[in-house]
Amino acid sequence: MRIRKLATTALAGALLLAASACGDDGGSGGPSAEGGAPKTLTYWASNQGPSLEADQEILKPELDRFKKETGIEVKVEVVPWADLLNRILAATTSGQGPDVLNIGNTWSASLQATGAFVPFDDTLLAKLGGRDRFLGPSLAATGVAGQPPAAVPIYGMTYGLMYNKKMFAEAGIEAPPKTWDELIETGKKLTKDGKWGLAVEGASVTENAHHAFIFGQQHGAELFDASGRPQFDSDAQVAATKQFLDLMAVHKIVNPSNAEYGNGTQAVQDFTSGKAGMLMWQSIASSAKAAGMGEDEYGVAPIPLPDPAQGGKQVNGMVAGINMAIFKHSRNQDAALEFVKFMTSKQTQQNLNKVYGSLPTVKDAYDDPAFQTEHIKAFQQILATTAAPLPQVPEESQFETLVGTAMNELFADVASGKQVTEEHIKAKLTEADEKMQAGS
Amino acid sequence: MVASTTPRPGARRGTGAPDDGPQRSGGRGPGRVAALIPVRLRRLGLPYLLILPAIVLELLIHLVPMLVGIWMSFLKLTQFFIRNWSAAPGAGLANYEIAVDFDSAVGGSLLRSFTVTVAFTVLAVGLCWLLGTAAAVLMQGSFRGRGVLRTLFLTPYALPAYAGVITWSFMFQRDSGMVNHILVEQSGLLDERPFWLIGGNSFVALLVTYVWRIWPFAFLVLMAGVQNISDELYEASAIDGAGWWRQLRSITLPMLRPVNQVVVLVLFLWTFNDFNTPYVLFGGSAPEEADLISIHIYQSSFVTWNFGSGSAMSVLLLLFLLLVTAVYLVTTSRRTSRA
Repeated sequence: MRIRKLATTALAGALLLAASACGDDGGSGGPSAEGGAPKTLTYWASNQGPSLEADQEILKPELDRFKKETGIEVKVEVVPWADLLNRILAATTSGQGPDVLNIGNTWSASLQATGAFVPFDDTLLAKLGGRDRFLGPSLAATGVAGQPPAAVPIYGMTYGLMYNKKMFAEAGIEAPPKTWDELIETGKKLTKDGKWGLAVEGASVTENAHHAFIFGQQHGAELFDASGRPQFDSDAQVAATKQFLDLMAVHKIVNPSNAEYGNGTQAVQDFTSGKAGMLMWQSIASSAKAAGMGEDEYGVAPIPLPDPAQGGKQVNGMVAGINMAIFKHSRNQDAALEFVKFMTSKQTQQNLNKVYGSLPTVKDAYDDPAFQTEHIKAFQQILATTAAPLPQVPEESQFETLVGTAMNELFADVASGKQVTEEHIKAKLTEADEKMQAGS
Repeated sequence: MVASTTPRPGARRGTGAPDDGPQRSGGRGPGRVAALIPVRLRRLGLPYLLILPAIVLELLIHLVPMLVGIWMSFLKLTQFFIRNWSAAPGAGLANYEIAVDFDSAVGGSLLRSFTVTVAFTVLAVGLCWLLGTAAAVLMQGSFRGRGVLRTLFLTPYALPAYAGVITWSFMFQRDSGMVNHILVEQSGLLDERPFWLIGGNSFVALLVTYVWRIWPFAFLVLMAGVQNISDELYEASAIDGAGWWRQLRSITLPMLRPVNQVVVLVLFLWTFNDFNTPYVLFGGSAPEEADLISIHIYQSSFVTWNFGSGSAMSVLLLLFLLLVTAVYLVTTSRRTSRA
């Protein structure tokens, strides 16, 4: 009798476990969507501020306000840049992930191809105030042209050249550099007494890939040919990569230690702590504030444009920014949409973009004087005139990972004193090219 | 799917448990059902029934994912299909062909990563074993503070992997790390600050961190082995005039052979497969010189979003490890039985 009871219990236990392991393929926790009961959303935020904890703090008042307005609770997790894309892919593959999430806007087309996100067709966009409410360049970086956006923009950004005004004055430099030669010249003047001209995030795949694109454009490189095949190893792209690497290798205005920086905050810290005088970056407002660097202590200038005689494009930035997407497997799609609506609302747009020093992506948010500052105007000017969007093709993310990784390795070679020649660069980029083709 | 069908045969063979419930009120009901099954079968079936939960869980946790992985390796599982795997077109052997084509970029880097992993495994297992044996033997006799030392030695093993490794990654930083501080500023051994997390030294950094983390395991198991060797053997050999070294060679090491056989095998499998240490130490993207195969496969699946190709590489790794394990077990157990 006892044995049979035991066996029954064991069997029931095993079956129960098996059933529960197989059964759940839905989204993340919280009470299910039925009824008007309070719901819980999970949200993966990207790392916009000086640290993951800082982002939690920055987002908290907004999420509290959302809860007050709708009764929906949002559980936020800030994911570092080095992990975000892989985490999204893993969530897509397994069907286990957040309800709402931030993505780098350059990944839009790649992630759109997976079909993991709810497409924002006109009906959905209408609920957010319609397509025309959003800024053109930001909306252009939300997926393949002609398809409903896979995500909607929430923070607009581009690259600028930040410079430390005090360090400039001490070195007798009057104005930010306008040409590449001037940038090198300025950097050399700033590099002394353990301080450096420029800080780079040499081991960051995303930062490196963005710079590869911007300087590639300056040299007239195209990442994909007309038929969509990758051509990462074109002569123009090799020259562009060398131009960037040479800041450390030849001109020695970048601290070789920067080749180790990979979490997306270290170069900014070098700049805000005065270890480096210049930084090519997107908005750093919240990081500067956290480090005690006032807005008037640094300036924002465009990254030098190439000499028009040299050919190439007059590009010195990319259409960067953060988009927000809803996972298709979410059981709380209505609540998720409600949250996206909240994040794109005038008030939230103003609050968050103010803190991050980024640009609101909806037109009606610009009536706040906070968006008339010099820094914001400088970014706006770059975004409106000389920023180019990364190609919105499904293979874009693979470009970022492959070329970004190749550049990480090149920076490591430079830092450890190896001669990095054009052949060496070409070989690395050809390898990236081949891996791309083998994978597709 | 597998899980829900497996229990049934076991249940029938056992006691007919599923039918049990409703008949219980009938008082003599269960006996009648049980009587339908021959006593012999009932007795034979019981052990199987008892290990059934373990088997079901084993299938779920290990075998099913493995089979899914093998299935994936024959698919063209790119970004267009990762949401719905069943829609992915078959790839035949294409994923395997790419992985073993060592002239291509993908195969070439896989081969390089494999070589790095072999070198790393040989060194890491050797060092862990050597340190573990040395510590176990030296702490064989009792002395003051032995308990404290034991605890101290086991600390790295008790720490969560992430906490230990991330601390090492801070210590290895070029500008602000403690390693360079000691090597350059404190001792003046080096003039120039070396890099540890990128370039050639990254291999050394990885090795040091890994050995630090894992050698206590070898120590722990070998210590248990050493404690099991009878004191009488040492006493008898001492009377015969054997010194410490002779005792070590003729008593301790031979008596530890069966323990060593297991320790070395387990260390080999762990080390060859290690993912956590490089992933945490290098923040996800390991430099070429320290590109262990598990992290390499992970990265190559994610860089091109071709999970079929990554699965094919994993299957190759599995086959290799199976082969090595089989050869190892056959050769070592043959030697043991002869001895």
